[in-house]
Formats: sequence, structure tokens, C-alpha cells
Amino acid sequence: MSRNSKKSNDEAYVRMYQQMVRIRAFEDNANKLYLAAKMPGLTHMYSGQEAVAVGICEALKSTDKITSTHRGHGHCVAKGADFKEMFCELLGKEEGYCRGKGGSMHIADQENGNLGANAIVGGSAGIATGAALSAKHLGKDDVTVCFFGDGALGQGLLYEVMNMAALWNLPVIYACENNLYGEYTKVEEMAAGELTARAKAFGIESHIVDGQDVLAVNKLSQDLVARARKGEGPFFMQLNTYRYHGHHVGDINREYYRPKSEEELWKTERDPISNFAKWLLKEKVLTEAELNQIEKDVQQDAKDAVTYAEAADYPDVSEVTLHVYKQNQGEGASQ
Amino acid sequence: MREITLSKAVNEAIAEEMRRDSTIFLMGEDVAEAGTPFKVLSGLVEEFGTERIVDTPISEPGFMGLAVGAAMTGSRPIVDLMFGDFIFLVMDQLCNQAAKTHYMSGGKLSVPLVLRTNLGATRRSAAQHSQSLHALVAHIPGLKVAMPSSAYEAKGLMKTAIRDENPVVIFEDKLMYNDKAPVPEEEYLIPFGEANILREGRDITLIGTSSMVQVCEKAADMLAEQGIEAEVIDPRTLVPLDEDSLINSVKKTSRAIVVDEGHQSYGITGEIASRLNEKAFYYLDAPVQRMGAMDVPVPFSPALEDITVPTPERVFEQALKSVKGELFHGA
Repeated sequence: MSRNSKKSNDEAYVRMYQQMVRIRAFEDNANKLYLAAKMPGLTHMYSGQEAVAVGICEALKSTDKITSTHRGHGHCVAKGADFKEMFCELLGKEEGYCRGKGGSMHIADQENGNLGANAIVGGSAGIATGAALSAKHLGKDDVTVCFFGDGALGQGLLYEVMNMAALWNLPVIYACENNLYGEYTKVEEMAAGELTARAKAFGIESHIVDGQDVLAVNKLSQDLVARARKGEGPFFMQLNTYRYHGHHVGDINREYYRPKSEEELWKTERDPISNFAKWLLKEKVLTEAELNQIEKDVQQDAKDAVTYAEAADYPDVSEVTLHVYKQNQGEGASQ
Repeated sequence: MREITLSKAVNEAIAEEMRRDSTIFLMGEDVAEAGTPFKVLSGLVEEFGTERIVDTPISEPGFMGLAVGAAMTGSRPIVDLMFGDFIFLVMDQLCNQAAKTHYMSGGKLSVPLVLRTNLGATRRSAAQHSQSLHALVAHIPGLKVAMPSSAYEAKGLMKTAIRDENPVVIFEDKLMYNDKAPVPEEEYLIPFGEANILREGRDITLIGTSSMVQVCEKAADMLAEQGIEAEVIDPRTLVPLDEDSLINSVKKTSRAIVVDEGHQSYGITGEIASRLNEKAFYYLDAPVQRMGAMDVPVPFSPALEDITVPTPERVFEQALKSVKGELFHGA
């Protein structure tokens, strides 16, 4: 390995570590806001799955698109979003990414290619595949990644669009985050057969990867994204991972569907962040002090953003009828 | 002026817009070589190729979803839904995704797409190929709904729909595809939200949509023979609705019947009638009447199907009762 490529690799490693830490910090703060009854509604934590979003998004350029899920904060951060606008959105404030109209389950960041979280399970499979069709139609080389959970495997839409993506060689990657539970039910009780067999049936090349290993996720993603860009798509990835919290922040007593011992095992032995930190130390990419500094800086950023969002203004009530329709050229204001 | 069929008018509108804007493409089932079962799109694939006139599998939710994603990322898709009845299949992608994306994103994302489909019974196609389901989508904020009533409107409204920045659902009357009407050679667009007064009158207002505009015109002819002057208005788009033109007409005539081919209950006729009651009540000399399709699944047998939709004769009879004041006496 030459010095230069080591340097650029190291930068990517550090960036991936930072992004994972940022996601964890974002979720910890969102959870606190919920528990303190400062956040309207509820939210779904991405903690535990950080390596999936970060490993994949590190392989994308900013014009590449993603579609996200109800558990979407991690994808949003990984695609380049800012804490302040995200916390403002979670609190329904005017400066949020969606001016407070979307909230946690609809957070979108168009400038960074995030076409939005989606509160219909599997609901964005069509959008992602359509974005890929659009790129092909418009002669762009953008790739789209469609994030969805194992629960979305129950949705027929996914199979309709995977069929079309395969027929038309669309530049889309289906990223199935198998976190073992769809809401409050084990995946094996809801999905028959092998998960990847679904994609293989359409002739879509499929891969299974350890979703707790950010380097493995990133390596596979780099390869698939480059190939999708050349017109070799679509692809399907099954990323084996685990969500640390319940289905949503209010799902506290959950031993009836999964034991605490299982949660402890994943958190202590398979945590994507602490395992990657150990690797970074071993490979001498970062020192203990540098790791601590990253953690400290991110915590401070999150704290500042929460403080900012709490003090930020709600949208004016006049906004309630704004954006129902997009104004056409020559039309008056909101209809 | 030349006369062309409604089918040809739709075809011309799409072809003209596709020549103007290369981001437009069309997709649906058997739209390319087959040109749809009604042959509305015949010839388009020869001009634009299979990259822009895209045959899809029989996967309505799937290609509707693709259109939403394509529209969000710089393309302007036209979705062809072979029968209006299949709209139930695409409801999540249309109503939960397309309709809400602009609003949910605080105005950052938009979904400029056209869903073209059809309505209309009496084609002996039974309950799953005959429905008029425009009220379902007119209920959802974020969607616009256009209802062409002739070849002229079909072309002008389609061109406007394609240029709109929002999702537009356009319902063509499948029984009118071969009906001819004068359509100028020169380009024209029909703006949304502007009703068309087809015929002026002082005694009663007949408000008709799509297929029911012809029914209202025929009823007006019959009323004229009785010396009753009916005003006939076609709203042309349900969303946005040109409420002012409807209200002003009723203020003048003091009587109204709203005629629409959707089911009568919880539908377009009730919506328009209630707006007239709210905003023109003190001008009314008779209750506003509703005439929609019967609240039954569309039956196959011609003997049954024909009585499920409003006819000129029935609109005429109802108008006569209204004008004569007979609605107050248990009619």
C-alpha cells in the first residue's frame, strides 16, 4: 500500500468512525428528548445498525440517492445531514429539514440525495427503483440505494419493482437490514425461506454481509455501487444486524419477544462502534486520545444542536396550507 | 375547424409535450406496440421509442411507485392505468407517497407526474371495469383531478396536466374515445380551475362532469322544448374546483342539479351540492339535487346496467320537478 492510498484510506476510516459515533449520539439524544416528553410523537432508534448506513453511504457520492425507512435517522446522518436541521425536524420546528411538516418518520435531505424516510413499510421500494429508472432515462450515472428492513419482505411492492429493476438493469441496490425483528415479531416467523432467495428468483445478484462490520459493509458496497454505476445492477444485500432499542422508543418492556441476554450479547460482543474502535487502535489509525476526542466533539455537537432546536421557532400557523401543492410558474401563492 | 376523436386528442397532447420536453416518458401495460387496449397511444412508440414509451409488467403498484421516484428526481412520467378500477391497486403509491411528498418535505421535493386513466359504465364490462372512482382521489389533498368532457378538453387539460408540478390524475370517459369534436390545429392549453359554461340559461343550473356533460346538454335541449332555460356548466377540474363560477350561476338561476357518474353517496355530487348550499343558500328556490350513479356495484346485464347511471331523460324529469316547485311536495 502506497503512502497516499494509506492516507486516503485512513481518512475514510476516521470518517466512518465519526459518522457511526454521530448516529449513536443523535439517537441517544433523541431518546432523551422522548423520555423527557420534549419530543412530539415517537421515534424509532437506529442504534446498533450504524455500520450498515455508514458502510453503504461512504460508498456513495452526494448526487447518488437513498430512500430510507421509519427507522431513518441513521441513513440521514450517514448521507451527510446536519444535526441542527435534524433535531429541529424532530421537534417540529420551522428550521427542520421539512419545516417541521415531516418529523422523524419523513425526514428528507434532498441536497444530499436523501429522498426521505417513509412511514409505510416497504413504501419506498418504488421510489428508489423509480429514481434509478430516472437516472437511466436522464443519462446520469447516479446509483440509488433502497434501505428497508426484514419486515418489508412481506410487501408485494418490493417484488414488483425488483422484477422491473432486473428486467431493465436499473442502477439500484436493495439493502435489506435484517435486524431480526419486524416490529415485535421474529423474522423467521414472518419470512419463509432464505431472504436472498427472493432477489435471486429475479436473477438479481445477492450478497449476505455482517452488518456489524463497517469495513465489510463498505467493501461490498464500493464494489456493488461501482458496478451498478456501470450498468451491471441491480443488486441485493442482506445485512445482518441488530436494533438495540425496541421497535420504537416506547417499546420498553419487550422480554415477551426477545430476551435481555440476547440484547446484551449484541451490545457487548458485536457493537459496530466499539469493535471498529479496537480495529482503528490496533491498526494505529487513531490513538485512544483521538478516539476520545472524536466522541467528545460529537457529544458537544449533539448537545449544541439539541439546545438550538429546543429554542428554535415553530412554523407560523400560516404554513399549514403551504406546500400542499407546488406552485406552477405564473401561479399565485398557496392554493 | 377540423374534428378529431377524443382518443386522437389525447395522443396529440402527449406527443406534442414529449417533443417539447425530453424528460417526459410514459409507462404502463401494453402502451408501446399495442398502444393500449383502446388504441389511444398508437404510433407513439414509433416516434419516441421503447425508452420513452415503456411497456411494464402487470404491476400497477410497482410502476406507479417507479413514477413517483422518477418524478422526484427530475423526470416527468406519465403513468397509463388501463382501467380506472385499477386505481385501488395504486392507492398507497398515489395517495400516501405522490400526494404527500411535497408537503411532508416542507416543499423541498415535488412529484410532477400524470396518472391517466378512465371512467364510465354502460360498456357491458361489469363491476371491475366500469367504475368512476374520481371522488376517491379528489378527497386526497396534494392530488389534482381533471375530468375532460370532449376531445377539446381532453387535449387542453392533458397538456396542462403534463406541465403541472404536482401529481395530476386525469379521468377520460372510455365511451367517448371515438367521439369527435372540433379541436384547433394550433397549440392551446386549458388552465385548471376554470369551469366552462357550455350554455347559458336563467331557470336552472345543470352541473355535469366528464361523461355527464353530454347528458346535461341533452337534458337542456329537452327542457328548452318546454320553454325552460337551463345553464350547463362543466367544472373541467375537480381539484382545483372553480367554485365561483358554480356559485355565481346558481345565484342567477336559483336552482341546481349536480350530475356525476361516480356513486352518489359520499361523492362529487354531495360535495358540490353542499358548497352551493353553504355559499348560495339564500339565493336558492329549491334544494340542490344530486344525481350520481346508483350505490350498487356496476351490474353486467344491459337491462340492469343502463339504469345505474343518470340519463338525459332522468335529469330532464328532475329539472322539471325542481323548476315547477314539486320537490317540496314529497318528490
